[in-house]
Amino acid sequence: MATYSSNQFKNGLKVMLDGDPCSMVDVEFVKPGKGQAFTRVRLRNLISGRVWERTFKSNESIEGADVMDQDMEYLYSDGEMWHFMDPNSFEQFAADKAAIGDSAKWMKEGDKCIITLWNNNPISVTPPNFVELEVVETDPGLKGDTAQGGSKPATLSTGAVVRVPLFIERGQKLKIDTRTGEYVSRA
Amino acid sequence: MSAAPDHHWEPTASIEHLRRRAAILSSIRDFFAARQVMEVDTQILSHCAVSDPFIDSIEANFNLIGSDQMQSLYLQTSPEFAMKRLLAAGAGSIYQLGKVFRNGEVSPRHNPEFTMLEWYRIGFDHWQLMNEVEALVLSVLPDLTIRRISYRDLFLNHLDIDPHQASVAQLSRLCRAHIDAPFEDDDPDTWRNLLMSHLIEPALEEGVFVYGFPASQAALARVERDETGIEVATRFELFVDGLELANGYYELTDAAEQARRLAADQQQRERLQLPQRPTEQRLVAALQQGLPECAGVALGVDRLVMLALGASDIAQVIPFAFNRA
Repeated sequence: MATYSSNQFKNGLKVMLDGDPCSMVDVEFVKPGKGQAFTRVRLRNLISGRVWERTFKSNESIEGADVMDQDMEYLYSDGEMWHFMDPNSFEQFAADKAAIGDSAKWMKEGDKCIITLWNNNPISVTPPNFVELEVVETDPGLKGDTAQGGSKPATLSTGAVVRVPLFIERGQKLKIDTRTGEYVSRA
Repeated sequence: MSAAPDHHWEPTASIEHLRRRAAILSSIRDFFAARQVMEVDTQILSHCAVSDPFIDSIEANFNLIGSDQMQSLYLQTSPEFAMKRLLAAGAGSIYQLGKVFRNGEVSPRHNPEFTMLEWYRIGFDHWQLMNEVEALVLSVLPDLTIRRISYRDLFLNHLDIDPHQASVAQLSRLCRAHIDAPFEDDDPDTWRNLLMSHLIEPALEEGVFVYGFPASQAALARVERDETGIEVATRFELFVDGLELANGYYELTDAAEQARRLAADQQQRERLQLPQRPTEQRLVAALQQGLPECAGVALGVDRLVMLALGASDIAQVIPFAFNRA
């Protein structure tokens, strides 16, 4: 893998730090008039998700990480692993609980997801921004409450629980924004 | 960092910003005309380069027509050496308002080619020069309040550490308590600069003159003992809202000491494997002839315009930022 010196740092660069792949979120050049230059970098650890800042001297270099994002189709879960397929190569990948994390509750078979691979292993899963899921459990709908007013919890087919308007009923399909976990509309 | 050229033809600054910039440049010239300080425009292209280890010159190639011999020249990082040669030649108080170049420095606060205002006042010390810098800055930023604090008190107030007395181990430990900086460095100034740039500067509001820098950061300032007996540089810097705006000295006039510092800079460059450039021995010769007692300061004009216009990026106050130039 390539190594990068601090003058090559840029947003999105994937590097290895303390044994984990990390992505650069923000790169800032710090240079006192007479002093030496530093590069202050906000990094996201791609395994733990932790975001923190590290400062490098101008002559430091670090190893790149073999990380890439790939569009894949979600196939199924066997309870322990979540299985995906690259629609171009038909190659299958299995993500474990740590990699799928909170995304598990949005996984619907056949949906397109972005899988982040490190050394060809899934380390994180990004669901589509919007998913359509069926309500499997919610209190009965209230008539005449279609415009505005309160909300209630609804359990979706994947197990996710979202706040929905009072008029939503079991069996309906809903459009959910996975980035906020919020109800958008009926599908 | 966005150093790659972009293909847009439009300026990076609005015409309105350039109009206000022009008014500031004009008011700077009025300021010095009213004080009988002569404008000079020394050469930007020189056979010699700056000595500071952490400032790099841009190299330019000169070919005499018909010759295949290439000569290396250097775009000046400040007009300091040339202006001091003029002072030694009897020019009196002088200022220069023009372009300088610093290799490698690109950020929202840095453009490799930028406009510097540098001036020297015969018979002034750094305290008197701070008064004049204050007057000039207030003429552009009338609502600013400016205070003065020593480098030591700044560190004591913000970080509860004496920057002159603390060891490298103490400085680096304090740094690492706040900043993830796992590298090693045995130069206390690396850690002082980290603390200054990462923890103190962002907390500085309004105008702050910092004086009494460590002797190791004297550059071309004199070194004297402060009231606690510690050797400090007769150097000051002005920060405005955390932006480093000006750097001034009660100037070193001792030729032998000047020669020693040029050599020390060169040795440090060698140790850090930084480019070796020809040093300006004519500056030493000028000091041998006699530099009048004086104080001098360099001020980043683009940054002053940024502050006046409330701009967050230097590109917004210069016609064409580096990637569009």
